[in-house]
Amino acid sequence: MSDMTIPVLDVRNLSKDFPIGSNLLGTKPAQMLRAVSDVSFSVAAGETFGLVGESGCGKSTLGRCILRLLEPSSGTIVLAERDITKCTAAEMRPMRRDLQIVFQDPMSSLHPSMTIARILSEGLRLVGLDKKTEATRITELLELVQLPQDVAARYPHELSGGQRQRIGIARAISVNPKVVVLDEPVSALDVSIQAGVLNLLRDLQNRLNIAFVFIAHDLSVVRYVSHRIGVMYLGQIIEVGPAEVLFKNPQHPYTQALLSAIPLADPRRERSRTRTILQGELPNPLDPPSGCRFRTRCARVQPRCATEAPALNDADPGHSVACHFPGPDPTKTSLKNGAPL
Amino acid sequence: MTGSPLLEIRDLRAAFPGPSGPVEAVRGIDLTLEASEVLGIVGESGSGKSVAMMALLQLLPSTATISGSARFKGQELIGMPRREIRQILGKDIGCIFQDPLSAFNPVLTIGAQIIEAIRLHDRKISKRAALSRAVELLASVSIPQPQQRARQYPHEFSGGMRQRAMIAMALANEPSLLIADEPTTALDVTVQAQILDLMRKLAQERGIGMVLITHDLGVVAGMARDIAVMYGGRVVETGTAEQIFYDTNHPYTQGLIAAMPSLDQKTDMLVSIEGTPPSIFSRPPGCSFAPRCHMAQPMCGETDPELRQVNTTLTACLRAEELAGQGRVTA
Repeated sequence: MSDMTIPVLDVRNLSKDFPIGSNLLGTKPAQMLRAVSDVSFSVAAGETFGLVGESGCGKSTLGRCILRLLEPSSGTIVLAERDITKCTAAEMRPMRRDLQIVFQDPMSSLHPSMTIARILSEGLRLVGLDKKTEATRITELLELVQLPQDVAARYPHELSGGQRQRIGIARAISVNPKVVVLDEPVSALDVSIQAGVLNLLRDLQNRLNIAFVFIAHDLSVVRYVSHRIGVMYLGQIIEVGPAEVLFKNPQHPYTQALLSAIPLADPRRERSRTRTILQGELPNPLDPPSGCRFRTRCARVQPRCATEAPALNDADPGHSVACHFPGPDPTKTSLKNGAPL
Repeated sequence: MTGSPLLEIRDLRAAFPGPSGPVEAVRGIDLTLEASEVLGIVGESGSGKSVAMMALLQLLPSTATISGSARFKGQELIGMPRREIRQILGKDIGCIFQDPLSAFNPVLTIGAQIIEAIRLHDRKISKRAALSRAVELLASVSIPQPQQRARQYPHEFSGGMRQRAMIAMALANEPSLLIADEPTTALDVTVQAQILDLMRKLAQERGIGMVLITHDLGVVAGMARDIAVMYGGRVVETGTAEQIFYDTNHPYTQGLIAAMPSLDQKTDMLVSIEGTPPSIFSRPPGCSFAPRCHMAQPMCGETDPELRQVNTTLTACLRAEELAGQGRVTA
């Protein structure tokens, strides 16, 4: 646990703006869409930081900014005590060994006309392994992701979805990265397959001490793999804390609504719970509400919320909330009776 | 009409031509839905849950061979001439699909499409009356400013609003049966909660029976009275929601429940089901779950078990008795 305290990835005040349209002369964008707004978090070796939120909250954009697949507009990204925000493409190349990504759809992220062995060797070649060590490494990687050795000679289309995702994971860990960003790695998989991939990720992390940034919309999946979780809404982290604290004692009304919206696979509890149903829809991100971005759908809204944007403040050590009126959900009276959801 | 069920499916089969003879996607399923009840059909991709419903509505391509029986209010749907089934579809049976963007015509306004649905089954209604009915329907599914919304095109609606509009259209002719195929899969959870709430309310108020097809056990847990679990083109277990969740007698159902991470409790270790679902081209002989089943015995590879009463549920497993009682998850 001691190295959990030294962050291997540190993201500070990261923002990303996308230009929308252009002015009459075509020289300047007409508008800027702020997809990620002033986000800070850090991950330590062997730790999983979960990022959750609904579509359009900016979680995937954030993931891509961390890898510099998208250029952040402002803020800093520090990887293993080195600021990579301003690295050129050439300077980035050696850093890529330390920073890898797994995408949602393994079918479109694996080259269709390469064998699995070839796909896995691409990354290894950059590391500079000779042919022989390369072959042993591929054997080792397939073992690590619990696939039979004959997979090496096959093509991506011959594998099932779960197997393909395991190859995506094998490719990411092949160069011994310090940090892996997992962008919805199991959302395309069936439940029975998903469980195997999630267990594999936990197992790999224990063995290899990698830091994971786990991006997903499914809160129960995120809870299962994450040590700490950040909840995003319209480009901002609105609540962040240890997984168990966030689930047992959420303070932000949006986190509470999100938890309350998810159906429980338990008929008696599902039918007896009182549910907070969020009214309205996600505001237009081009014109986000003034002050607190959640105020248009919030049950606790006060005049102050429209004028002053709440900052992330500590509710408990390590648990921060961006809300002027944080606190337990008033509609949930039976918190201690084992039914907080 | 009491006594006879709203929908009664017996030995329904659907096959498609394959490279080496026909491939059966649905291999003989029996289901019963009473009026005003909700039946959940749960299964993973390729289990045949959608194909089964498309088969009885005759929405499959004409190359498909369909056999068996599906009686809706006593009327046989299988083999019914298309002209006649079109009188029932969209009138007595409403449908909601997963992706509302592809279910709507992109070049017609939402209002025009609902009006079309109304006038198709009611030739006498005037355009003006149909329009006001369409606006009324949009209002009933809680779409704000229905008057203006009726004049907009599908792309101007958000995902949740589009799904509401599809529900409005499905309800246009006051159906007694609603078939909802993954109605909330494409939606965010907070929107899903809104839509499920709406569907539950509307079905209760209007006494509509519903077949809810989903891969999400959480969705059926709160919505369905009865649940059928499908695997490899067959129903492997049916029972009430409580029986399926707390007293399952089938290793697949048990595995499915154990594979889901819990939202409200810390899960120490998920139990995954080894292997992958069978392809319809190479289905194993005997029980199709046997290759992945931790309880499989040589006999499971020989006989494909029929549904039979084991304790409280109907279960298709040769060794169900041994599982009975240990299927309990959380009470």
